[in-house]
Amino acid sequence: MIKKLIPVYENQTPLVVLELIQGHKISEIMSTNVISVTPDITMRDVKKMMKDGGISGMPVVRQRRLIGIISVEDLLNALEDGLMDDSVEKHMSRNPVILEEQMPVSFAIDYFENYSYNRFPVLNENKELVGMLTGRDIIMHMVKVMNREIGRLEEIARYGHHTEIGNVIRRYAVVQNDFKNAGKASSEVKTLLQEHKVDRKVIRAVATAIYELEINQVVHSLGGEIVCRISDHYVEVLARDRGPGIEDIEKALSEGFSTATDWIRSMGFGAGMGLPNVKRVSDDFQIQSSTAGTEIKVTINLPVDNSAEKI
Amino acid sequence: MKIFELNEKLGFELLTKCPESVITSAYTSDLLSDVMGNAPDDSVLITIQAHKNTIAVASLAGINAIILCNNRKAPEDMLPAAEKECIAILQTGLNQFEASVAVAKALDL
Repeated sequence: MIKKLIPVYENQTPLVVLELIQGHKISEIMSTNVISVTPDITMRDVKKMMKDGGISGMPVVRQRRLIGIISVEDLLNALEDGLMDDSVEKHMSRNPVILEEQMPVSFAIDYFENYSYNRFPVLNENKELVGMLTGRDIIMHMVKVMNREIGRLEEIARYGHHTEIGNVIRRYAVVQNDFKNAGKASSEVKTLLQEHKVDRKVIRAVATAIYELEINQVVHSLGGEIVCRISDHYVEVLARDRGPGIEDIEKALSEGFSTATDWIRSMGFGAGMGLPNVKRVSDDFQIQSSTAGTEIKVTINLPVDNSAEKI
Repeated sequence: MKIFELNEKLGFELLTKCPESVITSAYTSDLLSDVMGNAPDDSVLITIQAHKNTIAVASLAGINAIILCNNRKAPEDMLPAAEKECIAILQTGLNQFEASVAVAKALDL
């Protein structure tokens, strides 16, 4: 058994490489604008076609059926023997090794390794010639899919990736001074994101934002609600309360400023870090407030997930 | 370091079941928003905030254990909440500074 030059069938081959060569069909990568010749033209005509087209081999076709391959080598032989006016049929190689369009690319790689030909004709189910495949086609295709796939892997390595979430809306009522239930919204959303394998850092950002908004409503408002809209690309949190509103929004957003009472502070809240924390972890932060209530809308982007996309 | 190993070194009183999780860092603070915003993942929180909200914050911030200092008593609802979130609660008579020093030595920080 000859040792394979290309080590793609060994156990340690990365899955992504296996998928690249097994998961793509020859039909996706072959050249389809094939220049072919009929068997009755002369070798002189072939010489001109090859020279003009810059090609070194052509399939010979009769009524869409492949009957042979004519190459530069055949041409040189005919030239040497002075047989340039012979028909192609006399000089072509018969019974060429062919590939089928439904075969995976791995077959083609195998063929290039096992035979010395530079190109293979590709046939469809009806044995009709539908394309040609060269090493160049494979290289071009591989570079293209590798580029895409490695970009995707880099993205995942950088941000982590998550499974499909769809569109989820969660609504939580928040009651004034109800410390016991503060954290319900953030904890539930956190669990949901964990189930979808969202990156840990992003989960923390989301949890931080929701928790601070919950606590804010518990501590400062007459009650309100937190609405979380979770999609594959972002988490949007809308915190709406029934008043009494924030007197000075700019001050409320500066670290250390707090209007909390002493007993709230004694519980570890009211350090004046709530809203600044929310703003810091958000990709988008909007706030409006009047005596009728405060509305804060926060968006946190989830890492882009390409895992569903077929490579 | 596993929580039980840490506690063997510290000799504090373990009030909950001991989860399998690991501690790699520590944070000392009594301001929960500060903890929320700044405590590192997989850390132990050294605090005097002995109530249920500390569990919520710890869980959200990725804190795996809480050390209650000055022998602060954990209220009834705190321990089940901690166990549900797989957070260990330890209790000590040391204050936050002394507990922090002990943890730093134990974790070799």
